[in-house]
Amino acid sequence: MKKSVLFGTLAIAGLAAGFASAQTLDEVQARGSLNCGVTTGLVGFAAPNASGEWEGFDVGLCRAVAAAVFGDATAVNFVPTTGQTRFTALASGEVDMLARNTTWTFSRDVDLRFEFVGINYYDGQGFMVPRELGVASAMELDGATVCIQTGTTTELNLADFFSSNGMSYEPVPIETNAEAQQQYLAGACDVYTTDASGLAATRATFEDPSAHVVLPEIISKEPLGPLVRHGDNEWGDIVRWTLNALIAAEELGITSANVAELASGTDNPEINRLLGTEGELGGMLGLSSDWAQNAIAAVGNYGQLFEDNIGESTPIGLSRGLNAQWTDGGLLYSPPFR
Amino acid sequence: MSDVHAQTVSYVRETMLPEAEPPVTERGAIKWLRENLFSSWLNAILTILSLYVIYYVLSHTLGWMLYGIWDAGSLTECREIRNELYGEDASVACWAVLADRWDQLLFGFYPQDLYWRPVAALLVFFVAVSPILFEGVPRKLFYLTATAPFICFWLIWGGTIWGPIVVALGFVIAGAVFRYGAEVVGPLLAIIGAFVVPILYWLLLAGPLTAILNSIAPIGMQYVSSDEIGGFMLAFIIGITGIILSFPLGILLALGRQSDLFIINKTCVTFIEVIRGVPLIVWLFTASLLLNYFLPPGTNFDLLLRVIIMVTFFASAYMAEVIRGGLAALPRGQYEGADSLGLNYWQSMQLIILPQALKISIPGIVNTFIGLFKDTTLVVFVGLSDPIGFSNLIRATTDWNGIYWELFIFIGLCFFICCFSMSKYSQFLERKLRTEHR
Repeated sequence: MKKSVLFGTLAIAGLAAGFASAQTLDEVQARGSLNCGVTTGLVGFAAPNASGEWEGFDVGLCRAVAAAVFGDATAVNFVPTTGQTRFTALASGEVDMLARNTTWTFSRDVDLRFEFVGINYYDGQGFMVPRELGVASAMELDGATVCIQTGTTTELNLADFFSSNGMSYEPVPIETNAEAQQQYLAGACDVYTTDASGLAATRATFEDPSAHVVLPEIISKEPLGPLVRHGDNEWGDIVRWTLNALIAAEELGITSANVAELASGTDNPEINRLLGTEGELGGMLGLSSDWAQNAIAAVGNYGQLFEDNIGESTPIGLSRGLNAQWTDGGLLYSPPFR
Repeated sequence: MSDVHAQTVSYVRETMLPEAEPPVTERGAIKWLRENLFSSWLNAILTILSLYVIYYVLSHTLGWMLYGIWDAGSLTECREIRNELYGEDASVACWAVLADRWDQLLFGFYPQDLYWRPVAALLVFFVAVSPILFEGVPRKLFYLTATAPFICFWLIWGGTIWGPIVVALGFVIAGAVFRYGAEVVGPLLAIIGAFVVPILYWLLLAGPLTAILNSIAPIGMQYVSSDEIGGFMLAFIIGITGIILSFPLGILLALGRQSDLFIINKTCVTFIEVIRGVPLIVWLFTASLLLNYFLPPGTNFDLLLRVIIMVTFFASAYMAEVIRGGLAALPRGQYEGADSLGLNYWQSMQLIILPQALKISIPGIVNTFIGLFKDTTLVVFVGLSDPIGFSNLIRATTDWNGIYWELFIFIGLCFFICCFSMSKYSQFLERKLRTEHR
């Protein structure tokens, strides 16, 4: 009941905001910078470095969009948003897009009147346990105490999983990931559950990561993607196709290193269309013809973005898994640039 | 008589004995220990227990703190250095996170080459409040006190210098209308005019005037937007602004609540009860979320400003009640005495009532100030990067993920220093103002 009232309010507000600012691209161009909503800090996805510049996987997408619109990846204002403020910030026009680890769900897309423009990370909820417990599968967790962040979808997934498997558990409610780490390490709970990417990042910070195992079961689908307001399809197209351009670039072998070279013309017509040497794809979006070239040059292709921020070469060490190209057995599949 | 004694008593001391020292149990440290720590069996047991607890806590934390590592680039590096120095099992703090992110904890995203500006603003603030806080300071500094808000604003946010000047002009206009308007249109209209004229001026004239002046003489500094302000600088800006604004507002509300004028009285009561009856976090969410919907789309009403307004309102409601307590504590004779001297309302308040009422309220006022300053950490929930918010951001980097106590200890220490100094100052003030005979 409470939730539907909140959603209703948001929906009405989103509607009003949608009518009022149908031309996000014009506003962004007039302002000279993109307002991009990010998290208030999530390892690998968004965080400021020691000199105050934002870095991370989600941040890279913001920069790619800024590069596509302005040719300048630094023309971004990063607006940290919390779980509570993120949707209002977008609906009210405070930010132009959210790239904030937001799970694409039906009610968010339809009822809250947002437009998820794609998926940049396929995540799912997993479990981590100390190795000494000797647990090999989540099915053996009957009666366990579980550290869980309150007010998230993970809480609901957990209840579903345990009840559908006829098991019981004792939740230890926790507010933030940092707190959860401390509680888990102090032995306040047997199991820590959150998104698998978060588990990997958390485990990487432990003194002895090998003393903890991430169980193989993934109990939920958490497709994370960037979103924009309902009702401004032109702007949604720009964000959607910037993401697709990064994905397609990896498939086509375009990297930030060779993009300038390839942009001078190749034998592959799709590369030419993507990089703007053939056709008028940029013009159709209302951007310059080298929009995709700028985006790729700024942050690299999807694979580079992944490797630089959360991939196996980083302390987080996530493998591509579902986030590999469809040609490699993953789910990344960009529609053709034609 | 002495003859009698000479025969009956064999020895009479004729000189005073030199003063002997008290017995060892009745002097110095031992006396103090006996009286304070071991005066009874219960007391002795409690003392020994407390000593053990203190020893236990210190033995576990002191080494952790003192052997802490200050020079490392990441938590992993910290652990490597520790392994080298103390071995794997040792538990030592990794203070390096403070050294690495010192700038961010203090200034947030503020441009690094401009750090002198907030520091200068803080100095201006301290010099400006010194004549209010201490009597020995030259009175001429009050001129600085009056202009300090505008100087500090300009130093922190930068931009054209004409903005603050034009806004300050509004107060000059208000003063002029109040002072000279009374002779022309009468006192009541002058008071109303002193409110209405500057507001109209700020709304209608200030913007264009700033633009014109700026085009004539473009003097200014690099503009820094509110998003770039964070860390302790943010806590100080919200805390200090809230403290300075909530005090006069609280006095007005307290007087309004005691007023016989129906509308003023009911407005003040409603304001105080509504603001005080709702948690601060709700007001902050209102400021950050709901206001977005009520304002016309496209208005860019600074989030920091919204938060400052809410914090100020919240603190002033509490302040009003604290001061009302002081007003209520005054004997009725003081009010009647003021009336019998022929003083009007404002004179009697200014000269007789408020000086006494405020003196009584000092502990409560400072209590509210300290509470307000600590409440600034709540802004983390609306996405502002105060010190707590920054500790989350720092923890979100791969370098420092997993660090926990070091940041909280540092933040806690800084807040303690600030709040403790406020508390000490209030005690000093109470001693200074103690005029009654006790």
